[in-house]
Amino acid sequence: MLNSSYMDRIRVLVAKPGLDGHDRGAKVIARALRDAGMEVIYTGLRQTPEMIVNAALQEDVQVIGLSILSGAHNAIVPRVMELLREKGMDDVLVTVGGIIPDEDAAELKKLGVAAVFQPGASLEEIVDFIRSSVKQTA
Amino acid sequence: MAKPTGTTTAPDRKTLSGIPIEPVYGPEHVQGLQIPPPGEFPYTRGIHRDMYRGRLWTMRQFSGFATPEETNRRYLYLLRQGQTGLSVAFDLPTLMGYDADHAASEGEVGKCGVSISSLQDMEILFREIPLGDVTVSMTINSPAPVIWAMYLAVGEKQGVDWSRMSGTLQNDILKEYIAQKEYIYPPRPSMRLVTDVIEYSTQRVPRFNPISISGYHIREAGSTAVQELAFTLRDGIEYVDWALERGLPVDSFAPRLSFFFNSHNDFFEEIAKFRAARKIWAETMRNRYHAKDEKSWKLRTHAQTAGCSLTWQQPYNNIVRTTIQALAAVLGGTQSLHTNSLDEAYALPSEHAVTIALRTQQVMAYESGVPDAPDPLGGSYFVENLTAEVEKRANDYIRRIDEMGGMIPAIERGFPQTEIANASYEYQHSIETGEQKIVGVNAFVEQNEDPIELLQIDQSAQSHQLAKLAKLKAERDNQTVQRTLDALKRVAEGKENTMPYILDAVRAYATVGEICDAFRSVFGSYTETSVL
Repeated sequence: MLNSSYMDRIRVLVAKPGLDGHDRGAKVIARALRDAGMEVIYTGLRQTPEMIVNAALQEDVQVIGLSILSGAHNAIVPRVMELLREKGMDDVLVTVGGIIPDEDAAELKKLGVAAVFQPGASLEEIVDFIRSSVKQTA
Repeated sequence: MAKPTGTTTAPDRKTLSGIPIEPVYGPEHVQGLQIPPPGEFPYTRGIHRDMYRGRLWTMRQFSGFATPEETNRRYLYLLRQGQTGLSVAFDLPTLMGYDADHAASEGEVGKCGVSISSLQDMEILFREIPLGDVTVSMTINSPAPVIWAMYLAVGEKQGVDWSRMSGTLQNDILKEYIAQKEYIYPPRPSMRLVTDVIEYSTQRVPRFNPISISGYHIREAGSTAVQELAFTLRDGIEYVDWALERGLPVDSFAPRLSFFFNSHNDFFEEIAKFRAARKIWAETMRNRYHAKDEKSWKLRTHAQTAGCSLTWQQPYNNIVRTTIQALAAVLGGTQSLHTNSLDEAYALPSEHAVTIALRTQQVMAYESGVPDAPDPLGGSYFVENLTAEVEKRANDYIRRIDEMGGMIPAIERGFPQTEIANASYEYQHSIETGEQKIVGVNAFVEQNEDPIELLQIDQSAQSHQLAKLAKLKAERDNQTVQRTLDALKRVAEGKENTMPYILDAVRAYATVGEICDAFRSVFGSYTETSVL
């Protein structure tokens, strides 16, 4: 029987889509979320949107955090959102972190991205956002 | 009540690497230290007796975006503005050995650097740039032999003899596994390709630096200065071992090994790092490898100011950060320097921003007086003590990796990656708590900032490159291309130097992707085990 502390832990997939190999931020955040008591799965590098959504489904996560510093977010994120819709995973919270200009961030939010964390965002801010957002959808 | 004299009220101070900084430094901190002058072994004070009095560092701005046509225009602009060497930044598809038309390239073409899929692109990139007169550095790793072959082929087409071509190929695969993560194949076949380039260059392109053993990316991934230094030099040792294993006498290739370090915020620690680097390398080459040529002992390095220190908030402050970091590299004795642009937390540099970055170097070179005395901080109680301390700690790491059996075993067990991940997490933690202040980010924050003008790279770069590539593939002699790729695969399976065969393929207009795929089919692909 699954114990209640396992059930309470927020499950997060931290993913690196596209060719971008800059993983410093994604790894720091994955570790911080773990330290904050969340269950974190880090996908590793060079994941396609399909691989990410499949991993999210298999791992039954509540949150997907996408890390993109390459400027390819406008090609990648819409594809992830589309796949989540196709698979009926609309209740999964999607956050994006990286080099995302303000105009693009606004567009991503229109697509359903819950938050965009730009350079300088604090770990506390990210942890708090996830904690409060996931509680709301429960 | 007054505090007794001699009591310090300052909290403990440490460098970013964690080296304790004494409240004050004096003669007792340099007792027993022997520091020969610049130009004398072990070159702590600089590899030349006259340093910048004889020749200034090369002003070499790393640059590249969108199409080769646009990047060529930026290169011509930068050369007109007084840059003294070129440095090519390639886009992610090119870096990863994919053509612009590969599925994985979608949305990525031209975004992080210039898109190069074939020799035709390289020809456009270097239009009006005489490769016998301008030195070119190319930041490329897994596909390095392919891009280098294209560069040599462009030289041929310009009628330039290879003996006149000079520049640097990054070609440092070990740091990809450790930090930058632009690997394609597993370590050992990759090292074979690196060694092929070193061997071929030694024989055929003698003024060229076939490798730039890099710490920059290790530091950007979050390492400390000490780790950056240690892992870089230990990577260097690995490359020397492989070249010796190939049968190359040490003095035949060692003079052309070059290095590339970060120049980060902790001003005096960075200066100490450059000085310690020269000392450790000189002693390694003479004592460990018995190199006889003094050119083999001299560590020559490029430096780049720390990209990871640039902030999104209040971007004009980045000009100040870059200036301080550039000064550290110059006081540290770098041979070549790139200064970051103020807008690089947001985008690739705009023309306006890169001009300021270049002017920063020019003001430093011509107005500050700093180049007039080689190693001006030599003899400083603090800097000499710190140099010795950085040297000691770096040597400890090098010894540990030796004990693991070398850098490849160390990488396989995740050692440097773990050190970096831990240092990176600790540093972020110090920012979170406010112990480390970052102006504009967690101190002196402004609520409403005006946006700045940014370089825009849109999908037109991708469409342009795709059209060009399709035309090329239709017009070239595809039978010849296939023949060269088959020959390349056969050689890859054996032990022959791959360079002549890569050159054949490149001259036939085989693409980056096609050649890398040929290697992939023989060497396989590498997947890392992530370390958080």
